[in-house]
Amino acid sequence: MTVHALFFYLFAALALLGAVGVVALRQPIQGAVSLLLTLLSVAALFLLRGAEFLAAAQIVIYAGGILAIFLFAIMFVAYREEEKRRRWHPQWPAAVVLGLGLAATLLAFLLRPALGVPAGLGAAQAAAGGNTEALAEVLFRTYLVPFEVISLFLIVAMVGGILMASWGVKR
Amino acid sequence: MKEYIYLVPLFPLLGFLLIGFTWSRMPRKWVSIIGCTSVGLSTVLGFGAIIDWLLTMGSHHPFVKTLYVWLPLKTAVPLDIPFAFQLDALSALMVAFVTFVGFWIHIYSMGYMAHEEGYNRFFAYLNLFMFAMLTLVLADNFLLMFVGWEGVGLCSYLLIGFYYQEKWPADSGKKAFIVNRIGDFGFLVGIFFIATHFGTLRYEEVFAKLQADPGAYLGVAGIIALCLFVGATGKSAQLPLYVWLPDAMAGPTPVSALIHAATMVTAGVYMVARCNLFFRASPTAMAVVAVVGALTALFAASMGLAQTDIKKVLAYSTISQLGYMFLAAGVGAYAVAMFHVFTHAFFKACLFLGSGSLIHACHTNDIFEMGGLKKVMKTTHWTFLFSTLAIAGIPIWAGFFSKDAILASVFAFAQHHHGWAYLLYGLAAVTAFMTAFYMFRLYFIVFHGEYRGHGHPHESPRSMTLPLQVLGIGSLLVGLVGVPAVISHLFHVPNVIEKFLHPLTPEVEGLAETTFHLSDSMEWILIFGSILIACGGIALAWWLYKADPEWKRIKAFTAAFPRLHKTVFNKYYVDEFYDATAVGGTIKLSKASAAFDQGVIDGTVNGMRHATVGTSLLSGFFDLRVVDGAVNGLAWLNKFCGDLFRRVQTGVVQNYVFVFALGVFLSLGLYLLLK
Amino acid sequence: MITATHYLVLSACLFGIGAVGVMVRKNLITLLLSIELMLNAVNLNLIAFSHQWGDMLGQVFAIFVMAVAAGEAAIGLGIITAIYRNRGTVEADQVRGMEG
Repeated sequence: MTVHALFFYLFAALALLGAVGVVALRQPIQGAVSLLLTLLSVAALFLLRGAEFLAAAQIVIYAGGILAIFLFAIMFVAYREEEKRRRWHPQWPAAVVLGLGLAATLLAFLLRPALGVPAGLGAAQAAAGGNTEALAEVLFRTYLVPFEVISLFLIVAMVGGILMASWGVKR
Repeated sequence: MKEYIYLVPLFPLLGFLLIGFTWSRMPRKWVSIIGCTSVGLSTVLGFGAIIDWLLTMGSHHPFVKTLYVWLPLKTAVPLDIPFAFQLDALSALMVAFVTFVGFWIHIYSMGYMAHEEGYNRFFAYLNLFMFAMLTLVLADNFLLMFVGWEGVGLCSYLLIGFYYQEKWPADSGKKAFIVNRIGDFGFLVGIFFIATHFGTLRYEEVFAKLQADPGAYLGVAGIIALCLFVGATGKSAQLPLYVWLPDAMAGPTPVSALIHAATMVTAGVYMVARCNLFFRASPTAMAVVAVVGALTALFAASMGLAQTDIKKVLAYSTISQLGYMFLAAGVGAYAVAMFHVFTHAFFKACLFLGSGSLIHACHTNDIFEMGGLKKVMKTTHWTFLFSTLAIAGIPIWAGFFSKDAILASVFAFAQHHHGWAYLLYGLAAVTAFMTAFYMFRLYFIVFHGEYRGHGHPHESPRSMTLPLQVLGIGSLLVGLVGVPAVISHLFHVPNVIEKFLHPLTPEVEGLAETTFHLSDSMEWILIFGSILIACGGIALAWWLYKADPEWKRIKAFTAAFPRLHKTVFNKYYVDEFYDATAVGGTIKLSKASAAFDQGVIDGTVNGMRHATVGTSLLSGFFDLRVVDGAVNGLAWLNKFCGDLFRRVQTGVVQNYVFVFALGVFLSLGLYLLLK
Repeated sequence: MITATHYLVLSACLFGIGAVGVMVRKNLITLLLSIELMLNAVNLNLIAFSHQWGDMLGQVFAIFVMAVAAGEAAIGLGIITAIYRNRGTVEADQVRGMEG
């Protein structure tokens, strides 16, 4: 077992643990912390696949930005689930079965021979030491317009979020 | 000048940005200037580009202006989608009348909306609509067309719900959006099929491949055609997705004229004409289009017979006329369908603007609160009369030529190919009779007799009457570009539009043909037949509403058949059926639905009980008088289905997500199993 | 040797857990957290394929997914805050405006 494999299994296990925590833990704040575990593990997995920039972005945007919004929202909402209330929707047994089935079919779909490609094309690239430049090349040349549209989208989302959150506040 | 074709949609976009992002800060005068100038510039540039293109390249060679590669998709088959505009015969025709009619409707809106709240918002949306519509017609590939397609849908939603403070417009906007979604789904699936089977989405490449080897695509072309047609039924309000259009009348009248009569709703016809090669590859698809078109035409016309809201009458007549266009497209007469789109844009825009002028003067939509307006609103009167004559199909007026061409093509199609198409001709002829009748019913009720409303109506301002005059004269003249063959032989005037649109429908071995020839005598018979039909409808309207000022005859008729009248008046309860089954779940709140949470079993058991009771009740109904029984049974069945379907709408997000995930699971699983 | 398949399996598991979370949890905030899980699974997939194909496209799309996730979180949480203020609850089965 190589170091790579060791790290993969370690972080995969942590990611799954965090994911289960998100779904199973009662309070949203616990869920958010649990999600943080998953996010960081996924960032580490990105690193293992040679996506340094994505790993950094994952930590900055997800763990730093999105999760912070979640924590703020949890704070504002200040809603504690009552201990005696049912945590799960009554359809949960069916949902768990369906979730398993969904994961299995998705996997079967993605692993079709049609998608089979020469393995390890990117290995050479990763060995060359980083590909942030290559990413920038694609992002800012071929996908410049969508990238700018994304920034517009974020502004709209921000304004929308503020409007939504302040909706119904009595002045 | 054709190089600047991209500026045609760009100007309205600039107008939208300028007006839209200053919101209500900009003074109304500037808004009017910017809003109208942007469309005016588009019109001038559009015509300039078309003339330049015709002079330098001729109508047989499309001109493509690629701005940049929009989506470079490195999929298994590289699918580079350019952001490009294409000028060919079809898009040139569309651009010409969209910009021209759009410009005059903008002018009209200045007067109509002068005293309304949200003037800036209105012009911003209207400009955005022009941008989307021009993108739709000028796009050189299916994906860009879809962008415009969705854009016009969005603007339609925004403008139907323009008076969003009131319930009806807000609900109608949602209704239009949701019903259109169903159609758009079909369109999208069609685009996916094209992408996977042709490896490109550009019209030229797709159609070149199809023309080169039609045999190889015969099977898939039919499926693509049907998917695209689902999209067209949504946007162009055909059976069964027509229900949104009558409610779209909740928007301001210029919007109804521009979007829901002249331009957007004809996008479906445009799309079918654009993709005529797909349809021609599959006789089934063509038959579906023709039958749906003919049935919609008849159905909508019959619903228009008993409406009292002036805009609703016009809405049903729009659906009916769109049905005609699809009928023509279904028998392969694509140039004729586009000709009707063209003439319809003029006379229907004129009718709607005229109705706007009437509403502006009388402050009501109810035709029974108008009357005798002939004397006080002279310009509105003659323009309305002109466009009514046009839609009724009286010779010289535009509608006559296009409608006669449609009837003749259907007849020729039946004669040469399929005998069953005589039935379609019959339906179309009955529709023509009904159209002439209900349009003149409207005309006589509104303009003749005594004024029955309140206040003192007066003629509208100049900014409103000028567009009326332009479009009124247009609805008299534009038909002359497409005179029937016999007349063109007689007077040596060419059928301009047919020649112009000829490159649209290339003759390909193995695909259905698109031109039919009738003997001269047969053509004369058909022409006089359709004149006779139109005059018959007008005469009946005259006899019932003009010659009989008290309306005793029609009152006696409705009294004799109360149920029939009620059913037609209530539009065959189709809305109620949809409300109860699909839409109602989200609009109507009901206590009965709480039952679902307790378990699906309960619902099923109840459903079974209902079904048993239902069948016995239904058979009981049929024991009564047949017509009444059928009507009642239908209404009751609708309610029953509604009760059943309503239970599915629990309002709990998790249930929806569950069903959604189940759908994904099942379709993926099915795919894996079948592969 | 760790191949793309390993990543795909992990991603499918994360996606499944996220989907189950959306279907079973009633707290709207937890629901959004579960959606973030699903988006992460998608990103993992994109990166795995990107690595295997030696193509940057996957990473570009992962960036877009992140941006969409950020927007979704901002608006979604805004809506939840508004719902809480107006209805005093964030339980999905008590917010049933779409009831038929």
